[in-house]
Amino acid sequence: MSNTFKGGIHPFGGKALTKDKPVQELKPTGELVFPVSQHAGAPATPIVKVGDEVLAGQLIAEASATVSANVHSSVSGKVKKIEMRNLPNGGRAMSIVIENDGEYKEIQYQHSDPEGLSKEEILEKIRAAGLVGMGGAGFPVDQKLAPEEGDSIKYLVVNGAECEPYLTSDFRIMTDKADELVGGIRIALKVLPNAEAVIGIEDNKPEAIKILSEKVKSESRIRVVPVKTKYPQGSDRTLVAATTGMKIKSTAHANEYGVVVSNVTSLYNVYEAVVNGRPLTRRIVTVSGDDIANPGNFYVYLGTAFEELLEAAGGTVQDPEKYINGGTMMGFAMYDMSAPITKTSGALLAFKKDEVAQKPTGPCISCASCVSVCPMQLMPNKLAKMAEKGDTEGFEKNYGSYCIECGCCSYVCPARIPLKQSIKTTKKAIKDAKRRERQVARS
Amino acid sequence: MSLLKVSESPHVRGKKSTQSIMRDVLIALTPGAVFGVFNFGVDALIRLLVGVFVCIAIEAIYQAAMKKKVTVSDLSAAVTGLLLAMNLPSTFPIWMEVVGCAFAIIVVKQLFGGLGQNFMNPALAARCFLMLAYTAQMTNYVMDGVSSPTPLAMLKPGGEAVGDPGLWEMFFGSVNGVIGETSVIFLMAGAVYLLVRREISPRIPFVYIGVFAGMTFLLTPGHNFDFIYMLKEVCGGGLILGAFFMATDYVTSPTTPNGKVLFGIALGVITFIFRMFGGSPEGVSYSIIFCNMLVPFIEKATIPKPFGWEKPNKEAKGHE
Repeated sequence: MSNTFKGGIHPFGGKALTKDKPVQELKPTGELVFPVSQHAGAPATPIVKVGDEVLAGQLIAEASATVSANVHSSVSGKVKKIEMRNLPNGGRAMSIVIENDGEYKEIQYQHSDPEGLSKEEILEKIRAAGLVGMGGAGFPVDQKLAPEEGDSIKYLVVNGAECEPYLTSDFRIMTDKADELVGGIRIALKVLPNAEAVIGIEDNKPEAIKILSEKVKSESRIRVVPVKTKYPQGSDRTLVAATTGMKIKSTAHANEYGVVVSNVTSLYNVYEAVVNGRPLTRRIVTVSGDDIANPGNFYVYLGTAFEELLEAAGGTVQDPEKYINGGTMMGFAMYDMSAPITKTSGALLAFKKDEVAQKPTGPCISCASCVSVCPMQLMPNKLAKMAEKGDTEGFEKNYGSYCIECGCCSYVCPARIPLKQSIKTTKKAIKDAKRRERQVARS
Repeated sequence: MSLLKVSESPHVRGKKSTQSIMRDVLIALTPGAVFGVFNFGVDALIRLLVGVFVCIAIEAIYQAAMKKKVTVSDLSAAVTGLLLAMNLPSTFPIWMEVVGCAFAIIVVKQLFGGLGQNFMNPALAARCFLMLAYTAQMTNYVMDGVSSPTPLAMLKPGGEAVGDPGLWEMFFGSVNGVIGETSVIFLMAGAVYLLVRREISPRIPFVYIGVFAGMTFLLTPGHNFDFIYMLKEVCGGGLILGAFFMATDYVTSPTTPNGKVLFGIALGVITFIFRMFGGSPEGVSYSIIFCNMLVPFIEKATIPKPFGWEKPNKEAKGHE
C-alpha cells in the first residue's frame, strides 16, 4: 500500500506552469501595507506612529497575546498611515502603511548558532521573528512547537505535500533551500526532544524527494516519506495518516496524540529566524493560471500590493474573470488587487473564465459522489441540506464539526452544489453561538 | 475592465454533471435495448422511442405549464422513459404506455418536487401502476408472433406454465419477457460500462444478486442446492436490469456506504420471497419500490463514523 488516505480527488494540478521557474526577487515601489492581523489569533498592536522612520526588518506591531504574532516592516521608509485596509482574503484589518524609500536599509540581524541555544531561547527567537504557519492557517509557529505535551511529542510531520493546485512555492523551498530547510527541522527537533521528523512529499515531486532524501541520509531523526499525489494530501490529518498511520480526528488537537505538523516553508523560516536572526518579511509567491502572461515564482516583500506582483508577471493576457489569492481548491477569490501580500499568501492566480460561474447549480440527485470523496468520511449531502434548513442539531449529530473544509465535495458534485460553502457557514455559526453562550455564562 | 467573479472556494469543478451521468446511463442501457429490438422486432423499437420522447415531452410541457424552468436537457426524463419502455411487453398498447409515462413523470417525479425529490423510482412505480391498471396487457408476452410463457413463469415452483428454459438462451436473451430485460450478456455489458465509469457503486447490485442467489440456492422449495436452477433464476426476469439499472437509481437508494449494502441485502431477501412465495413469478420491481421506501430508515441507521472517530467516553476528554 502506498502512503495515502481514503477519499480525495485529483483536480487539475497546473504545477507545470511554474514548477521549474527560478525564484525572482520583486523589489516593490510606492507604499507597502502591513495588516496587524495576518495570523490566527489576536491582532498585533502597532508600536509605530504616523511619521516614524522604519528600517527593513524592524518590528512595527507587537504580538498582543499568547496566540498572536509580531509584524515587521519589509522595507525601509516612513509610516504614512495607520488605517483599515482590505485583506486579500476578503476581510478588512487595521494596517500600517509604509512609504518605501527604495533603499532597503536593514536593521542589524543577530546571528546565532542553534547548538548553543536553549529550547526557550529558540522559541523566543521564533516568536520575535513573527513566524506563522505558512500552509494557510497562520498559527504562530512558537505556539505550535511548544505544546503542553512538549516532551511527549513523537512526530514532527513536515508538510511538503503541497497538494493545492498551481502552488509551487513549497516545491521551490524544498529544491532551492534544502540545507536551510533541514537546518530548520533540526532546530525544531531540538525543541521537541523526543520527536522524529517525517517529511511528507507528494510523489509528483520526485526532484524534491530525491534532494531531501539525500540531505537527510545521515540524520537519525529525520526521514522522507513519499506520499500519493491526491488532494487534500497536505491537510494535517490526511498527511499524518499517510506518513505515520495515525488517525487523528479533526476536532482534536494533534498535540494530544503526540504529533506536531509544520509546513516546509515555515521550517525554512525557523532556520532564517534562529540562525540568521531574520524576521518574516519576505516569502515565495507563485503567480500562475491560464490568464497570466509569464507565470513564475517570486520572492516578494510582504506588504507589496498584489497588482504589483501581477505586473511583475507580465500582467494578464485578457480581462480575467477571477483572481485567486492561494490555490484553486482553498484560495480566496479577490476583488481588490491593491490588497497586500501577507504571510499566508502562497499564490496569485488569474483565470480567463470562472469555472464556478460557467457551471450552474441544479438539484441534488443523491449520487453520493461527495460521500465517496470526503477524506473525513462525512455525508456532505446530508450536512449541506441540514445547513440550508438551519438544522444545527442534526448537523452536529451527523458530525458536521469534523469537516476540514477541503472542498472535495463541492468539486465532485455533478449538480454543482456549493456543499462546502453551506457546511462551512453552518460550522462557523455553531462555533460563534457556542462562544457567545460561554461569554454569557461567564458574565 | 469587466467585473470580477467572487465565490467561495473551491474555484474548480469536476467534469461530471447530472447530464453526463444520465447520458452514461442511456449509453449503458443501449445494448440491452438494441437486443430487445432484435428479439421482439419493430414493435419493441416503437415502444422504446415512444417511452423516451413522450417522457421528455411530458416533462417539458408540465414544467412550462407550471412556469418552471424546463430541465429536460438533464436527460433524466429520457432515462425514465427508456427504462419504462424496457419494462413493457412489445405488444403493449401505445396509449397505455403514454399513460404510464405521464404517471412516471407527473405523479411520481414532478408532484414530489422534480429531479432528486421523488422517493420511488419513477419508471418502476409506473410499471407497477400499469401492472395493476392493465394487468392483461402487461403480461401479454408475444414472441415471434406467438404468445408464450416467460422463463420465470416456467421456473416458478407450483406454477402453471410448463417447460424448461435453456440457460444459454436466458443468458443470451432469446427468451420471452419484457423488451429490455431478457439479455443478461447485453445488460451486463452496459453495467460494466457504468461500473468502469464509476457512475454506480458495485455495492447494491452485487450484494442484491449475491443474496438472492444464495437464498435461491439454499432455500428454494424443491430446488435447493440446484446450481443450474439458481443460475436460471438469476438470469431470468428483471433481476439483472433491476439490480444494475434501477436499484442503483441515486435518488431512491441510500447514499451511505453501509446503507448500500443493507439495501442490497433487503432487496435480495424480498425478491426471493416475492418470487418463491408470491402470486407472480416476478418480484424485482415490487421489491425495489418497496425498498425505496426503506431508504430513509436505512440511511439514518448507517451514517458512517468520521475519520479518527473514537468511542464517546474517550472523546469526552478531547476539545469541543
